[in-house]
Amino acid sequence: MNWYAIRTIYRFEMARARRTLLQSIVSPVLSTSLYFVVFGGAIGSRITQIDGVSYGAFIVPGLIMLMLLTQSVSNASFAIFFPKFSGTIYELLSAPVSHFEIVLGYVGAAATKSIILGLLILGTASLFVPLTIAHPVWMALFLGLTAVTFSLLGFIIGIWADNFEKLQLVPLLVITPLTFLGGTFYAIDMLPPLWQTVTLANPVVYLVSGFRWSFFGSADVSVAASLAMILLFLTVCLGIVAWIFRTGYRIRP
Amino acid sequence: MTDTPTATQPTPSAASPAAHEAPIIQIDKLDKTYASGYQALKSIDLEIQRGEIFALLGPNGAGKTTLISIICGLVNPTGGRVIADGHDIVRDYRAARATIGLVPQELTSEAFETVWNTVSFSRGLFGKSPDPAHIERVLKDLALWDKRNNKLITLSGGMKRRVLIAKALAHEPRILFLDEPTAGVDVELRRDMWNVVRRLRESGVTIILTTHYIEEAEEMADRIGVISNGEIILVREKQALMRQLGRKELTLQLAAPLAALPDALAGRGLTLDDEGRQLVYTYDAQQDATGIPELLRAVDAAGLEVTDLQTRQSSLEDIFVGLVKERP
Repeated sequence: MNWYAIRTIYRFEMARARRTLLQSIVSPVLSTSLYFVVFGGAIGSRITQIDGVSYGAFIVPGLIMLMLLTQSVSNASFAIFFPKFSGTIYELLSAPVSHFEIVLGYVGAAATKSIILGLLILGTASLFVPLTIAHPVWMALFLGLTAVTFSLLGFIIGIWADNFEKLQLVPLLVITPLTFLGGTFYAIDMLPPLWQTVTLANPVVYLVSGFRWSFFGSADVSVAASLAMILLFLTVCLGIVAWIFRTGYRIRP
Repeated sequence: MTDTPTATQPTPSAASPAAHEAPIIQIDKLDKTYASGYQALKSIDLEIQRGEIFALLGPNGAGKTTLISIICGLVNPTGGRVIADGHDIVRDYRAARATIGLVPQELTSEAFETVWNTVSFSRGLFGKSPDPAHIERVLKDLALWDKRNNKLITLSGGMKRRVLIAKALAHEPRILFLDEPTAGVDVELRRDMWNVVRRLRESGVTIILTTHYIEEAEEMADRIGVISNGEIILVREKQALMRQLGRKELTLQLAAPLAALPDALAGRGLTLDDEGRQLVYTYDAQQDATGIPELLRAVDAAGLEVTDLQTRQSSLEDIFVGLVKERP
């Protein structure tokens, strides 16, 4: 293993986050806090409890997931898209690093950043609403697995995208709608019966449900289903990344 | 990686090109056809000797950059094999790439990074432990030391080019590829760059540069390869190439201009130039009989007064244009 290279890529990416602190940390934390104020504080006080949890607290896991998904994807996609766009990727391709090491560096850094963000949002949320975490180990597991999986997805998008529009396309048109419709702001049984079934086709439902279970002990779908779904995602993303490197798709003609 | 900084320090004896040594790069039947169907390289065979400066010459689109890109790992070969310093570039890519540094043609850089950070980044990426003393040496050699804390976005084009060279040297490569190193660089900086390359060669680094500036190849290279249409059409020592293919030109300056060539001098391949003030005679310097004594006697007999004479060896450019033109 070329540990120096992994460390170099990882540090470079973390330094980029520090340089752009406002954009990478402050802005997502602020925007999520606005959700707490509006939905948790202002509107949430008029909504009855869900499964014995106040609405303000109920939306916290979903909001963390929302931020985790979008930030993982945007961090990792930009990290690999930009060198491709500016041409500096030549150095990465000519270096004695394996594909696995490249992914470890970039995806590791992107996942680290979104986990830090997730924890910051959790900390911020606890200032607004009373929170308990029923299963902290599971919470950490879901947090970590989701961050890694969606950073991998971001990496794939960054390789696939050949312009800035495509880079924004998947996060805006796929991830955000799926997250909003994935039970971030409601429990599935609040939907009409038909939509309760349709929504089960939305993968984000399983992520939010599992994560929420680790906080409050109640879930829309079984925890096993949530875990299976995220592991399935992870496997699919790993498969695609392996294929990208094997074929040189869009990076090594 | 277990490489230590000293492990890749070239030995002084490697500085002189030695034909009997195993070549540092061996290319066998290298093919490249892009997905579009475009055949960029056609069964290239080439050997680069340890410690030499090799210039790869060719018009735009000849395949120079594709060839370099394959050796450096940026492009996958379609067929054939490349061995770099004893390592197969595909099977044993780690060891092969660790010995190679690449200075790309395009001026690409991480705009918001400082010179020091970007050069240190390159060293780490190539699996070397941090060595501030080495980075300092490289930056000083390239006259970048004063700029070490500057962000790349603030540097001029010439300085950025130096940064790219510094990045390529950060991991102490034994082979350095320079893809069009002086494209768009002013004359003064070009001379500086040549000096840098010569110093590198003296320290034992093998240098392969591509260029379409003939002047560059003529000035620096030990050997020259000409690539055209994806094929290596010639590889020769520069001196031998110029001697072998070089035509010489003899110019006689006349005291009085001539309106036309006198009949007595016709049929000798002479041309009139400079509005009749110069007689130009082209000949092959390799031939035993150059025809010069006969020519001078004939000029004398024709009653022409010669005030001065000079000879000129044709440049590599003349040779090159001739070579590429000959090909379909």
